[in-house]
Amino acid sequence: MATTNLHVGTAQSRLDGPAKVTGTAKYAAEFKAADLAYGVVVSSAITRGRISAIDAAAALAVPGVIQVFTHENRPRTAWLDYNYRDQVAPPGSPFRALHGPEISFGGQPVALVVAESFDLARHGASLIRVTYEEEVPNTDLAKNREAAYVPPKKRSGIKPPPDPRGDAEGALAAAPITLRHEYKQAVEHHNPMEPHATTVVWEGEGKLTIHDKIQGVNNTQGYVCSVFNLKPDDVRVISPYVGGAFGSGLRPQYQLFLAVSAALDLKRSVRVVLSRDQMFTLGYRPETIQTVALGADEDGRLQALLHEAVAGTSTFEDYQESVVNWSGLLYHCPNVTLGYKLAKLDTYTPADMRAPGAVTGVFALEVAMDELACATGIDPLELRLRNYAERDEGENKDFTSKALRACYAEGAARFGWARRTAEPRSMREGRELIGWGMATGVWEAFMMKSSARARLSIDGSLEVACSTADLGTGTYTILAQIGADALGVPIGRVRTQLGDTALPEAPLAGGSWTAASSGAAVELACRAVSEQLLAFARRIDESPLANADLAHVTFVDGEIRLASDPSVRVAVADAMHAGGVETVEATETAKPSLLTSLRYAAYTHSAVFAEVRIDEELGVVRVTRVVSAVAAGKILNLKTARSQILGGVVMGIGAALEEESMLDHNVGRFMNHNFGEYHVPVNADIHDIEVIFVDEHDDKVSPIGVKGLGEIGIVGTAAAIANAVHHATGKRIREIPITLDKIIA
Amino acid sequence: MLSESGTRDAGDRIAITLTINGQRRQLQVAPWTSLLDLLREDLDLTGTKKGCDHGQCGACTVIVDGRRVNACLALAVMKDGASVTTIEGLSTGALHPVQAAFVEHDAFQCGYCTPGQIMSAVALIEEGRARTREEIREYMSGNLCRCGAYTNIVDAVESVLNGSSARREAAE
Repeated sequence: MATTNLHVGTAQSRLDGPAKVTGTAKYAAEFKAADLAYGVVVSSAITRGRISAIDAAAALAVPGVIQVFTHENRPRTAWLDYNYRDQVAPPGSPFRALHGPEISFGGQPVALVVAESFDLARHGASLIRVTYEEEVPNTDLAKNREAAYVPPKKRSGIKPPPDPRGDAEGALAAAPITLRHEYKQAVEHHNPMEPHATTVVWEGEGKLTIHDKIQGVNNTQGYVCSVFNLKPDDVRVISPYVGGAFGSGLRPQYQLFLAVSAALDLKRSVRVVLSRDQMFTLGYRPETIQTVALGADEDGRLQALLHEAVAGTSTFEDYQESVVNWSGLLYHCPNVTLGYKLAKLDTYTPADMRAPGAVTGVFALEVAMDELACATGIDPLELRLRNYAERDEGENKDFTSKALRACYAEGAARFGWARRTAEPRSMREGRELIGWGMATGVWEAFMMKSSARARLSIDGSLEVACSTADLGTGTYTILAQIGADALGVPIGRVRTQLGDTALPEAPLAGGSWTAASSGAAVELACRAVSEQLLAFARRIDESPLANADLAHVTFVDGEIRLASDPSVRVAVADAMHAGGVETVEATETAKPSLLTSLRYAAYTHSAVFAEVRIDEELGVVRVTRVVSAVAAGKILNLKTARSQILGGVVMGIGAALEEESMLDHNVGRFMNHNFGEYHVPVNADIHDIEVIFVDEHDDKVSPIGVKGLGEIGIVGTAAAIANAVHHATGKRIREIPITLDKIIA
Repeated sequence: MLSESGTRDAGDRIAITLTINGQRRQLQVAPWTSLLDLLREDLDLTGTKKGCDHGQCGACTVIVDGRRVNACLALAVMKDGASVTTIEGLSTGALHPVQAAFVEHDAFQCGYCTPGQIMSAVALIEEGRARTREEIREYMSGNLCRCGAYTNIVDAVESVLNGSSARREAAE
C-alpha cells in the first residue's frame, strides 16, 4: 500500500487545541462524582526518625471531617515489595505511604485527612499533631562521596557504563594536552504546572474509575491492582489530559495510593491533590558530582577520556540513569574509562526528568570539550568535527543513522558561528559582554512494543486509539496524521483516543519513544483496515480492483485507487456495502526489531549554539539567541515537533541558569519549595530560539522512520550556555545552575 | 467563625452575589473559600487552573471587573458584587481571537497554564499597554509555562495585537 503524505510531515495544529484553549480539557483533579470526598496530605516535619504519636482528635472533631488515615489505621494492602513495583521502578523497596512510623525523607506523607470539602480537609490537616523522635539527616552528597557504590542490581532498561576500552589513565599520562575537572549538576524538580492529583470514582461493588496524573494509564492500573489485590476488570484508569509531567508522571505517586486507600475504605469517591510545596516531596533530577579528564594531541584529537559520576539516591531504592555512557559514544577516542556510582541520602528516590542522565553527563563532557578547544586553540566546532565518531565505539556498533555533521553545518550557518572571535571577552556591546558557545546533544532513539486500534466508519470518519498519554507532546495529532494518510481521510474526520485502560495497550509516554512506537502501531492497524477494505472492494461484481494487491493501491479521499491509474477506483463506502459492514476495525501490535537493536546503536543528535549577554557588574545572564539543529529521522508534524524542541531548550535554559532545589542539610529539606524561590524560566527570560530539523533518513529505529523528539531539545543546551558564559567573561563555571553569585564571584 | 471549642463550623456561610460569565449568581460561601476553589470545586468551572495556590504561577488568572486577578489570592467573599470572566466565558461558539491565535501558533503543549495565559493576554490587549515583543514578554511573565511555549505565546499575542491595530487603523 502506498500512503499519501497529505498530513504527515506538514505543520498541523493540535487536535486537542480547542479543548485546551476553551478550558474544557479535563485533567485528573477535574472529574466529578456525586459522592466526592476530598483528601489532604499531612507531610512529615522531619526528614529522618520515627513518629512517636499522632493525635487526630481535633481534626476528627471538625464537622465534615470524615476520617484521618495514618500508619496506625491504614487499610491493609499487599505485603511484599514486589507488589509495589511499578513498570519503571528502580531496584529496591518502593516507598509505601503510611506503612509504618519510620520517616525516611523530608515531607514524607504521614496522614491523609478526608472531609466533605477541600477547605475542611485542609483545615483538618492543620489540626493533626504529630510528635517525632528525630535523627540527624544525611542529605549532603559531597559528604557521602567516599561511601558511593556501584549499584549491585541494574535498573531495567538503563545500560550500565560500557567496559573500558584501551588504557585511559596511561594514554592520559602520555598525552601532550590534558585536563581534569569536576562538574556539578544541582537537584532539579520537574514542577509540571498541574500538581499531581488523583480522583478515584467509587462505582460501587468494589469497582473503581481512576483519573490519575500519569504518563501511562496501564502503569496506574497495574500498580493499583497489585497493591490492593483488585482485578483489572474492576479498575479502569482514564486520564485523557496530563498537565505536563517531564518524567514525574512515569511512576505512580503517593497521592494515588492514598486516594485509592481512602476510597476503598470509605466506599466512596475521593480526590487527593498535592500542593505545590508537596510537589517537592516527589522525585527529582539527582544532584551529581562528575569528574571528566581529557587527553589529546596538539591537533585536538582525543587520546584519552575518563568520566566518572556520583549521584544521590534514596536509602530505599537505587535509582539509576545513564550519565557517563554518552562520553563513550559521542567522540572517536581509543582509550575510555567510564564509571557511575550512587550514594544513599535521606531523600525521596530521584525520578527520570527530561533526558535523564544526558542533561547531566553531556553538560560535563561538552564543557570539558570546550575547555579542550581553549587549551588547544582550536575552534570548538572544528574540535568536534576532528573527533567525530563514525560508529558507537562504546558498544562497538554502527549507528542506524547519524546526521550530526549536517546539524553542525546548518546550525553554525544559521547562527553565524563563523563570525565568532575566539578570544574570551572579545565581544561586547554597551555594558554587556557577549559570548557565543556551542555543544553537541545526544539522546537514545527507542521503539517499544505498542498496540493500537483503527476504526473506519462508512460515513468516512476514522478513530485511532491506544492507551498512551499526550503530555503536551502532540501525540493526539501525529497519530491522527498517520491514520489520515494511511486511509485517505481528511484530518478533520479523524479522532484520536488516548489515556484509557480500555484501549489497546501502549507503553508509558517517556523516553521519546511514543511517536515511533504508537505511530507504528497506528500505521499497522490502518494497514489491516485497508486489507479488509480491499478484500471487500474485490468482492464487488466486476470490481475494477478485482485483481489489485494492497501494494498497488492507495487510499485517497475516501476511495481505494490503483496507484498506477487513479481513475480505477472503488469508494470505501461501496466496499463496506459489499462487505455488509458499516465499520471496519483492526487492532495491531508493533514490535521493535530485536536484530536491529543487537546490531545497531540508535540515537538522535543535535548541535546547539547559544548567545549570552552579560552585565558583569550585576552578574545577570540573558540568553538572547539559541539555534538548535536536530537530526531525529522523519518529522511527523513540523509545528508540534518544533514546539518539543523549543520546550526542551527552555528547560535547558532553566537548568543552565536558574533551577536548583536547595537542601538545608541541617534539617534535610528542600528550602525553596515554591515557584517564588525555585526559579523556572518566565516569558521575559526567553528570547529568540530557532529550531532546525536536518534531513535524516532512518529505516531501522521504527517502521515509520521516526526517532523521537521529547528529550533531544534539552540535551547540550546547558553546556552551550555555560560555554557562551566562558566566552563572554573568561570565567569557567563548572556547576549548574550558573547563578549570578557565580558570575560576580 | 470560631466556636467555643476553637473549631470552625462548616455551616457558617456568607451570602454573596457574583456575575460569572455574564450570569448573576447568588452564592453561599465559607469565609475562607478562595475565588479559585469556588470556581473549580463548587461551580465546576475547572477551566481555571490551580498551579501553586500562592499567586506565583498565574494558572488561575481570571478577569474581575476588567482586571487580571489571581483567583487563588482572592477570597470569594471579598468579591461580592463583582463581575468575573473565566476561560469558559470568553467565547460562545467560535473561538475568541486570542484562543484561535494560541491554537494557530501552538502557544501551549500540555494546556494546563493555557487558560491563565489566554485570560492574561486578553486583558493585556484590552489594556493597550503592550506594543512590542519585549513588552509582551514582560507583561506575560506572571504566567509560567513549564512546557516552554513562551516564544509561541509571544507570537500568538503579537498576531492578535497586530490584527487589532490593523482593524483600528482601518476604522480610522
